[in-house]
Amino acid sequence: MAALGFATGGGSWFSALALGVTLLKCLLIPTYHSTDFEVHRNWLAITHSLPVSQWYYEATSEWTLDYPPFFAWFEYVLSHVAKYFDQEMLNIHNLNYCSSRTLLFQRFSVIFTDALFVYAVHECCKCIDGKKSSKELTEKPKFILSVLLLWNFGLLIVDHIHFQYNGFLFGLMLLSIARLFQKRHLEGAFLFAVLLHFKHIYLYVAPAYGVYLLRSYCFTANKPEPTASSLFTTLPFQERALPCILGSKFLGFVQCFGQSAVHHRLLSVGKAGDASIFLILTTTGHYSLFPLLFTAPELPVKILLMLLFTIYSISSLKTLFRKEKPLFNWMETFYLLGLGPLEVCCEFIFPFTSWKLKYPFIPLLLTSVYCAVGITYAWFKLYISVLTDPLVLKTKKQ
Amino acid sequence: MIVSWMWLHCTSLGLLTIFFEIKKTAFLGAGKPPMFGDYEAQRHWQEITFNLPVRQWYFNTSDNNLQYWGLDYPPLTAYHSLLCAYVAEFINPDWIALHTSRGYESQAHKLFMRATVFIADVLIYIPAVILYCCCLKETSTKRKITNVLCILLYPGLILIDYGHFQNIYNSVSLGFALWGVLGVSCDWDLLGSLAFCLAVNYKQMELYHSLPFFCFLLGKCFKKGLKGKGFVLLIKLACTVVASFLLCWLPFFAEREQTLQVLRRLFPVDRGLFEDKVANIWCSFNVFLKIKDILPRHSQVIISFCFTFLSLLPACIKLTLQPSPKGFRFTLVSCALSFFLFSFQVHEKSILLVSLPVCLVLNEIPFISTWFLLVSTFSMLPLLLKDELLMPSVVTVMAFFIACATSFSIFEKISEEELRLQSFSVSVRKYLPCFTFLPRIIQHLFLISVVAIVLLTLMTVTLDPPGELPDLFSVLVCFVSCLHFLFFLVYFNIVIMWDRRNGRNQKKIN
Repeated sequence: MAALGFATGGGSWFSALALGVTLLKCLLIPTYHSTDFEVHRNWLAITHSLPVSQWYYEATSEWTLDYPPFFAWFEYVLSHVAKYFDQEMLNIHNLNYCSSRTLLFQRFSVIFTDALFVYAVHECCKCIDGKKSSKELTEKPKFILSVLLLWNFGLLIVDHIHFQYNGFLFGLMLLSIARLFQKRHLEGAFLFAVLLHFKHIYLYVAPAYGVYLLRSYCFTANKPEPTASSLFTTLPFQERALPCILGSKFLGFVQCFGQSAVHHRLLSVGKAGDASIFLILTTTGHYSLFPLLFTAPELPVKILLMLLFTIYSISSLKTLFRKEKPLFNWMETFYLLGLGPLEVCCEFIFPFTSWKLKYPFIPLLLTSVYCAVGITYAWFKLYISVLTDPLVLKTKKQ
Repeated sequence: MIVSWMWLHCTSLGLLTIFFEIKKTAFLGAGKPPMFGDYEAQRHWQEITFNLPVRQWYFNTSDNNLQYWGLDYPPLTAYHSLLCAYVAEFINPDWIALHTSRGYESQAHKLFMRATVFIADVLIYIPAVILYCCCLKETSTKRKITNVLCILLYPGLILIDYGHFQNIYNSVSLGFALWGVLGVSCDWDLLGSLAFCLAVNYKQMELYHSLPFFCFLLGKCFKKGLKGKGFVLLIKLACTVVASFLLCWLPFFAEREQTLQVLRRLFPVDRGLFEDKVANIWCSFNVFLKIKDILPRHSQVIISFCFTFLSLLPACIKLTLQPSPKGFRFTLVSCALSFFLFSFQVHEKSILLVSLPVCLVLNEIPFISTWFLLVSTFSMLPLLLKDELLMPSVVTVMAFFIACATSFSIFEKISEEELRLQSFSVSVRKYLPCFTFLPRIIQHLFLISVVAIVLLTLMTVTLDPPGELPDLFSVLVCFVSCLHFLFFLVYFNIVIMWDRRNGRNQKKIN
């Protein structure tokens, strides 16, 4: 009994958070899933049934293998577990096969592989300096960061409803970043190289890694300690933001938004200014994911989860930085609050108007444009903050 | 303080999200005639109350076939259905068209029905829980919030209201009852009785809670002195109760036949001692001796009546003589449990009526309460499995357990004092000086219970029952749950009877 008591009480808030979100993910199993479900089922079938030489040539299904080889090997490993759930899903001719066991297996595979993400978050939290924080658990930067990462709305709906495997990929990236923080540069570089071979979209951040590693590992004479800000300010934001804005309808660009949001999560617990950029970026970015889940039963879930996450991030970061200036100015507050009426118009009012038949794309257009404004604004703010930061440091030294 | 309220918002939103995510793992296929099931009963009531005049609601007519999900709850449920029907008519009249809408099922309609449950929850049950926890004495704000979280996470209510769709809106009657508890505990007796009358007029099962309310209020009147203020209070209470009943039943008091018919629908005495498998004494006893077949109907009624009242009498008498909010809560538990175990025509869902008072004492005896609430969810396992709610059940039970274990540190609160068994143990030690092993016995019982529950669940889910005993697992689940409930009945009665009014006597003993 005492052992049980220790396990459940004490300093195990991280385990409670991880376990809680895993339970939530289990509840999301029977929700709507997109064509990505069939994509991954097809890849399971291809890697299981065909020899390696055929993997990138196979075209029975329209969803051909278009991720780098490590991801293909990952699907190959998964397929060996899949055969115990339902052998039929591994037949490449079973297009759109979706038995309940298949669904269960696929969903559980995402939940299970998220374990890497959980571990990576744990490692990142170790790098956070919490000396100045209060004694209250819920006000510690580590706690806030864990919640913002583990319970991230974007990841939850993209990975566990829409269906993707971003969790463990982000986990790899976070782990490599954590290793860089911990001065284990070679490990960090290796992990990033591995990540690139899982999903090539991470090429977007390769230049940042390259510059950082050159600076802090290869040529390190007389340079100040790298900080969180300096790492992320070298990220080529413009190469990611623009595609995000223009192509927010397409899933691939949604992923790249998700990446930048993850980076900013780490930033956000460091400085108040960055926290506000993070909040604007996250909120508008998450809202831009709404069109991905267009089915009626998912409507209350996506609204409630988003509200929950947004309210929590704003309130916790406000508490963390309550001694500094307020997080938002009036314009930013107005913009963020405008998301509410926009959602009401697009989802509740528009379907009952006469324009629904003639111009069905209007809600999508409005959402994209509105979010584009927010994301571009956050991008500008980030650049300004990057460019003014070193100047502040220099003047302080003088 | 503001941070705490933000936390409250977040946790509430989180829970509400969970409510919407309880889905059956089965895909939405065509409905199953002839009775369809799921929320068809509630949809049908909306159809009936909207399209037919009041005097036909409870009668078997050509337009209203009582065999097809006839209305069998008191008038307030009917009015609520009518209100929902007006909204449904605005959105899509096909949902409630007379006769033609039978078996209507669509994504939008399902969302609408869920939304009605959700709104009822948000308006009635959740504010009651929040207000109740805010009024808790001697607890920090953080503790109050975690208390709200744990009560709202109780799996039984979530699964029945959002998963097992045949019998929804339990949170409405439980919410009203909770407002009643709040009212009488804070000395707003008239408002409290009004709220409780509304609860009874919403679902007649709330009568399980009526005796403690009656005894508590009577006790208060006695305390104030029957010659003066007490008498005035008694009269006022009587008037409130009569007035609220009149208000709810007004359309049905026009004719004697109307009233009688409604009563016949509410209390189907013809249906026998128990139906299906339920974790009460009669069903468990039936395993060994087929009392349902042996005894005639009227003897069954008399026996169940006697056992019920004998088991709840001590606690109620004590409550009348020494009315206190704490005693009131515990008596609610023991009364409802007595009714559940011994009464006539009990359904598995009636355990929710016991679970609500147990949630109220969660912060006082966290260990036993958590244990009870887990067992109560387990007792509904056959029902939940029938509805393919295995995954949501496991998830919510684990979430609830983790929430309670971390918030209340239940495994550290198992001493005699924490279990409120100190006075009892002291009394027993006068005759048996070696009686110090009670907490350890309870711990061992808990471990055995958890193992039994997990094993039974696994067996029920994975194995097929033997051909000649098709109900083996359901009966086992009911039997094991019944044993647990008997233990809890004894426990709560001991706590009530040996409770000293203040902590004075306990300190003297120490």
